[in-house]
Amino acid sequence: MVLDVAIEKRLGGFRLDVAFAGERRGVTALFGASGSGKTATVRMIAGMSRPDRGHIRVDGRTFVDRAAGIDLPPERRRVGYVFQDAKLFPHLSVKRNLDYGLRRAPAGERRIAFDEVVGLLGIEGLLERRPHALSGGERQRVALGRALLAQPRIVLLDEPLAALDAARKAEILPFVERLRDEFGLAMLYVSHSLDEVVRLADDLVVLDGGRVRAAGPLVATMSRPELRDIVGVFDFGAVLEAAVVVHDDRYALTVLETPGGHLRVPRMDAPPGRRVRVRIRAVDAALALDPPVRASVVNVLMGRLTAVTPELGPGATARVDLGGAELVVAITRLSAERLGLAPGVPVYVMIKAVALDREEPARPRRRAPDRA
Amino acid sequence: MLTDAEWEALTLSFRIASVGVACALPFAVAIAYVLARVRLPGKTLLDGVVHLPLVLPPVVIGYLLLITFGTRAPVGGWLLETFGIRLVFDWKGAALAVAVVTFPFTVRAVRLSLEAADPELEAAARTLGAGRLDVFWTITLPQALPGVIAGAITAFAAGLGEFGAIITFVSNVPGETRTLPLAIFTAIQTPGGEAQALRLAMLSIALALAGLALAELAARRIRRRRGG
Repeated sequence: MVLDVAIEKRLGGFRLDVAFAGERRGVTALFGASGSGKTATVRMIAGMSRPDRGHIRVDGRTFVDRAAGIDLPPERRRVGYVFQDAKLFPHLSVKRNLDYGLRRAPAGERRIAFDEVVGLLGIEGLLERRPHALSGGERQRVALGRALLAQPRIVLLDEPLAALDAARKAEILPFVERLRDEFGLAMLYVSHSLDEVVRLADDLVVLDGGRVRAAGPLVATMSRPELRDIVGVFDFGAVLEAAVVVHDDRYALTVLETPGGHLRVPRMDAPPGRRVRVRIRAVDAALALDPPVRASVVNVLMGRLTAVTPELGPGATARVDLGGAELVVAITRLSAERLGLAPGVPVYVMIKAVALDREEPARPRRRAPDRA
Repeated sequence: MLTDAEWEALTLSFRIASVGVACALPFAVAIAYVLARVRLPGKTLLDGVVHLPLVLPPVVIGYLLLITFGTRAPVGGWLLETFGIRLVFDWKGAALAVAVVTFPFTVRAVRLSLEAADPELEAAARTLGAGRLDVFWTITLPQALPGVIAGAITAFAAGLGEFGAIITFVSNVPGETRTLPLAIFTAIQTPGGEAQALRLAMLSIALALAGLALAELAARRIRRRRGG
């Protein structure tokens, strides 16, 4: 087990009681609204604060175990911590910032090399500069490099993109993906952005009010009923794993292969064959019992209902099995009754292509050699 | 331009002020760190004691030093017997007086710059594998450097001008404890010394201004390098 967290802490009137485990390497996203306890949790993993009760183990090493009286100081935990606002040392050059952790890592455990990280992050030209002479995006790239070069057992990223505007986010995300793919490290990625989580994570832990409300592999967890309450009706949805088939430049669309058939989405910047993830919000899909004719919706996937759950108010959540993948569709209770929607009924799922334009194309991790 | 005695007073002032401030600096940084960063019961009391020299009459400080470090006083007697160090009537005693009197200046300046520094940088350094002491030397102290330098220069300028504590503790010995202000005082007391007193007074003013300008310059330079 790579990550084993079971901690309790009282913070003023707030009670944090969080337990989750990461079974494998790759990116685990710690997702939740602000104030849900995400940052408090990662700070305890890094050793910046101490849980009242419980334990934290990483790669079989006990960082803290209150019952056993173990509490490693931060410098002996060797976590790579990436802060929201970089926290580069202002009195040191970029090069010396990058060197700070590297020089303090045990010589025998230096498997992540300076030149490789610098090249991967594209910061060769910045080495002699001081942090104040860098842009926000450059700073965050240097911060990523600095954390990695400390040869960490796990990388903790505490909303590393939250302080950046959309353009800078788009600039940094590919670098986070590269680091994830190249170094085979365990990463815990704290975020309140579903798009970032969908793009990066293998596993998802959902925090709400200081507790874990759902946890598991990303695709299976995203459409869990608990998520509807946490992300809200309009953002609730499912994630489909797909592959790029072909681009249709005339209409600025990309055709994806999904378990339910072809899906047309706004033009993606990815070559044919590339594995991608698409998040399909429940409110962007609709159901029909007969194949729709002369309708503007370009995507019609065939599937079979697995559940129809009435919600408070007018709505109901329908779950559709596309033959291995699941979609959630927000419908009214009225339609559910009128159409006689029940588990087992074959349905056509209509998805508006233009509704999928709100997010960046997501690229799931490709298998990388496990170096750690 | 200056007589030998005046030169002597000037160089002596420099020596006493620089040694006094230099010796007090590490302690000032340590106390400032405690005041800025450590949670401690009785911190208000410590803060008060540190600031005492700022509000006490310098004569009282000189007197307190005398009854502590005089040759027959507890600490002074022990220093004389064990190390053969005598502080009264000695420039080293004057340096001690300067150290005590200027202590609050340095502590204040260092503390302010420590409080302005981001403690999260220290947390970041810890996660990168640096222990507490390592973090202090490589992150905390460099961050406080503008304050340390500004505080030291201000303390030095103030130390050049210390009068009451020095004359009370180590008296007015030419060539040993007669610093610039004591020389001015002596000149005023001497019939026909008005011209000399005026010259030395002008010199004092020039030195003080130069000191303040230097402190500001150093602080600005460091701020510019960090883009703060």
